[in-house]
Amino acid sequence: MSELRTEEMLINMGPQHPSTHGVIRFVVKTDGEVMSAAVPDVGYLHRSIEKIAEKASYHGFMPWTDRVDYLAAMNCNVAYAMAVEKLAGIQISRRAEFLRVIAMELNRIISHLLAVGSLGMDVGAFTPFVHTLREREKANDLIEELCGQRLTYNYARIGGVIYDMTPGWDKKVLKFLDGFEPLIDEFDRLLTDNKILRMRLGGVAVISREDAINYNLVGPNLRGSGMKWDLRKDMPYSIYPEFEFDVPIGTGEVGVLGDCFDRYKVRIKEMKESAKILRQCFEKIPAEGETVVKVPKKIRPPAGDVYVRTESTRGDLGVYLVSDGTDKPYRVKFRTGSFAAMSIIEKVSRGMMLADLIAFIASLDIVAPEIDR
Amino acid sequence: MTIQEIAKELAVHFPDISIELVEGVRSPVTSAQVGDSALIVPAEKILEICQSLQQNEVFSFDCLSNLTAVDRKDKFEVVYHLFSYKHKHSLTLKVVLPRDENAHLLTVEGLWGCANWLEREVFDLFGITFDGHSDLRRIMLPEDWIGHPLRKDYQEQEEYHGISTTRPSLLQ
Repeated sequence: MSELRTEEMLINMGPQHPSTHGVIRFVVKTDGEVMSAAVPDVGYLHRSIEKIAEKASYHGFMPWTDRVDYLAAMNCNVAYAMAVEKLAGIQISRRAEFLRVIAMELNRIISHLLAVGSLGMDVGAFTPFVHTLREREKANDLIEELCGQRLTYNYARIGGVIYDMTPGWDKKVLKFLDGFEPLIDEFDRLLTDNKILRMRLGGVAVISREDAINYNLVGPNLRGSGMKWDLRKDMPYSIYPEFEFDVPIGTGEVGVLGDCFDRYKVRIKEMKESAKILRQCFEKIPAEGETVVKVPKKIRPPAGDVYVRTESTRGDLGVYLVSDGTDKPYRVKFRTGSFAAMSIIEKVSRGMMLADLIAFIASLDIVAPEIDR
Repeated sequence: MTIQEIAKELAVHFPDISIELVEGVRSPVTSAQVGDSALIVPAEKILEICQSLQQNEVFSFDCLSNLTAVDRKDKFEVVYHLFSYKHKHSLTLKVVLPRDENAHLLTVEGLWGCANWLEREVFDLFGITFDGHSDLRRIMLPEDWIGHPLRKDYQEQEEYHGISTTRPSLLQ
């Protein structure tokens, strides 16, 4: 029998693929099941949000920031508001700072719940996804009561936040946390300690610390590679210095430091830390204070530029804002975590199994609109 | 290090290059500095300077946090936001380019991996070419799109493969 002829295949994956978490396409070069490279092709969700910013007023652009990262809209709202406030020299009230942090940390839990749940589903575990989504619904209900929306919150304003919390809302959040914190341990029993999951994620798609920094990975992806870095702790903004919380990092407990499992585990641990911060918020929040300070209807920051970085759920979210002294931003740029995470895929994917690419994308927690903006 | 110290140190390393320090804008009310200060360096020296900033122990800028451009109507500004995890300091670096069709400068892709995509984005949306880039293609828009949307004088093409790019107003 003559030898089988083999050749490299070019396979198209996406843009409509359930495991790509949005509209992303990969051009995969494979030899059998082993890839020589997976080249990402992005831009399917490009909505020119940065161009729209140049046509909207400073206040009017706020709802658009929701759409940058629809799973962490609160963080995007606040990052943009912080950039404008810094340039315009606006000081917000202490109570508004607390409301922002409460909303952001609740949003972090919501986002991470979906990230770990869908990761489980991508590698074949459907049940945990239902559990995480059930908890996510409860948190969504709380957020809805706070700001009237379940996904695109539009809650922060330049100068504070739009609504104060409703009477008794803090009790509801604490009650939710009482039920939620033990559940994180249950996720561990259900998902983290699952042998199949550990084998699917352990040692797969290892990113070294040097590569993670060189490719500017941020947030849980950077911490998964063993880098103890969190902007909330290391370059604190808002009221974060007042809180006690840990920064979980990857330890390589299943395979190698910086593998998919480490990135997954960091997110599980971070939910606990967010719950910790939330509890401290409700203890320390001042009873009085304006939700939004008096800000002119047309803000005209002095002509200059500012770059503000905040720790969003997908890591360091940078907002570069340029003003020319008029009532519209001259240029706004969002530097997002998913964009950086996508750019490292081609490098890491060389020599990887095709099935592992799914686990890899899921572990990076990529949100397609955040790449394309 | 503060930006003043970085500027001074850079001047030692590059004695014959003009490095201009631009202070951040001040608030008209409180006169406190609200904007970011930046260093403006000559475009043709960007790679050398970045190399020094990354590899020199005193700077150690191991992270290119952001790379973008601004269309100033009479010129392009390419803006680099560098950050050092080691020293926890950051730096805004700016390069001014003439505003024409063949605006170009050297790539820094060889120093920071993330620059590959960031430069592709600037190329796509501003039409600034990065010499020596390994894969300079459009990233957000289709390959056959005409124009660069983030330029201030951008005119949207009327149709793309027979699909109209404008919609009648719903209010009429």
